[in-house]
Amino acid sequence: MEKSRLERLDETLWSIPAKDKMRVPVLIFADEALIEEMDDKVAEQAVNVTTLPGIIGACYVMPDAHWGYGFPIGGVAAFDPNKGGVISAGGVGFDISCGVRTLATGLHKQDIETLKKALAEALFAAVPVGVGSQGKIRLDDRELTAMLAGGARWAVEQGYGCLEDLERSEERGCMSGADPNQVSKKARERQRREMGTLGSGNHYLEIQEVDQIYDAGVAEVFGLKPAEIVVTIHCGSRGLGHQIGSEFLKKMQKAAREAGIELPDRELACAPLDSPVGISYLGAMRAAINCALANRQIITHLLREVFARFFPQAELRLIYDVSHNTCKRETHEIGGEKRELFVHRKGATRAFGPGHPALPQVFKESGQPVIIGGSMGTASYILAGTRESEQKALSSACHGAGRRLSRRQANNTWEGRQVISDLEQQGVVVRSPSFRGVAEEAPGAYKDVDTVVRAADKAGLARLVARLRPLVCIKG
Amino acid sequence: MGHCGWEHFEHKADIGVRGFGSTPEEAFAQAALALTAVVTDPSRVEARDVVEVELERDDDGDLELLLVDFLNALIYEMAVRKMLFSRYQLRLDDRRLRICMWGEPVDSHRHEPAVEVKGATYTELKVAEVEPGRWLAQCVLDV
Repeated sequence: MEKSRLERLDETLWSIPAKDKMRVPVLIFADEALIEEMDDKVAEQAVNVTTLPGIIGACYVMPDAHWGYGFPIGGVAAFDPNKGGVISAGGVGFDISCGVRTLATGLHKQDIETLKKALAEALFAAVPVGVGSQGKIRLDDRELTAMLAGGARWAVEQGYGCLEDLERSEERGCMSGADPNQVSKKARERQRREMGTLGSGNHYLEIQEVDQIYDAGVAEVFGLKPAEIVVTIHCGSRGLGHQIGSEFLKKMQKAAREAGIELPDRELACAPLDSPVGISYLGAMRAAINCALANRQIITHLLREVFARFFPQAELRLIYDVSHNTCKRETHEIGGEKRELFVHRKGATRAFGPGHPALPQVFKESGQPVIIGGSMGTASYILAGTRESEQKALSSACHGAGRRLSRRQANNTWEGRQVISDLEQQGVVVRSPSFRGVAEEAPGAYKDVDTVVRAADKAGLARLVARLRPLVCIKG
Repeated sequence: MGHCGWEHFEHKADIGVRGFGSTPEEAFAQAALALTAVVTDPSRVEARDVVEVELERDDDGDLELLLVDFLNALIYEMAVRKMLFSRYQLRLDDRRLRICMWGEPVDSHRHEPAVEVKGATYTELKVAEVEPGRWLAQCVLDV
């Protein structure tokens, strides 16, 4: 990114001051190396976001930000319904409530070392992954409606998981305000056979080892022990979310025009929060959040069944479930005043700090777990929300490494079989239906996740708790 | 590139599809082939079964919005039918776009599908007659 247009405020904070049509500034959290690597399009897109009506504070850009569509990926923007604020389907993204959950197993590396390949095969067989895969669960229309209203709570009621899982999930596993009636027939049709499927692209299921602890006290609160084996799931709301995203992107073109909102980019299509389209999207998007929560809950059940076959004594306890493509109504303190805002986080994780009223009792002193997914073969991290993140970025942090190379560049650079055998040399077993998919997701195609999380920690967005190293990766 | 054809273009997180042809219909059909090529090599997909779809055009006749609608309709059929398509035939009039697409069910061994397409975006969206008798149709896909 061209640094001349930025004002450096401190070591990890850069600003583009508000001018012309910008209503608020852009604030970018990154160290110098990450800023230099960041695409200029990120700045351009963040500036566009600041022109939308009712935006409050700033457009906040996370250290892993990259060029998205409309909003940058790694962008956070909050809107006030009392100031003509808007909601944007592009500001949430197509994969609504894409997110990550991590489970502790109580096992250690030596327990699984000789079983890695067998575990990979068993997980690959149990969890449908990749293009064209289908789940065993088929929902009729009435069941779909119940799932869309109930989220992971519905899944637990159906026998997938336990009540403790819900405590360890944002929104306690069920997003309130979901309106299944706003979910179209087409969106329902796309989901009918996709419950409990992982999807493809950057979605994965990984067995990892806790290989470093940065904060022993908080790690203990989270339930993470040194050298313990954990399992992480990264996926979202599947076809249902994608369909809702596409449909509302179109509806919002018209809604924005009718509301007299000037769009610098069509992808920024939005609707006033109190307009019919805005209200309808909010209901549908929240239903899609529930779909993602239910989906991750079902996958959790599937992998517990696999682990029970290998390790009958093992108990897989959910550490936390976070979403990184959402828009949520939250109370934030702006200039000493508490305000209800609709916070879009696109490729950004909520990071509530200690004492936040929305957190379950267990995290009241530690802040919420913030799970940062790595790419295949690289580390993932668990951080904790901080108090200062509230002032800095409306309690938000990064979500992953962010791409460095496009899919095409990656496909031209690496060969899937080679990537798999290189990773095997490093002790990581990869199982995927597609060699090309593996090449496109090669570890080198992503930014260095270590520098991203260090920047987030240094900037105070969240603080480092533990590092997870992959041992087995199931890739969609 | 000849008169008719397709290519991919760069987008950091995702991928762009671009089709060329002597009419908007041809350019759309080529962009659709580029979409299939994001998932797998189109030459591996047998044009065995036909699926027909009809789209109503918006009142303002905007071809760019129609391209997004068209690609999203195709993504929907791929997702719901678990199929891939390798041949497209389009007929456009003032009121609607009629689409015939030929393909077959996804076979993970033979097609080795790399990635699922989530939706067509308005990013880098363009439909235009770039020179007389040569149409371009492009946009970025979310994958």
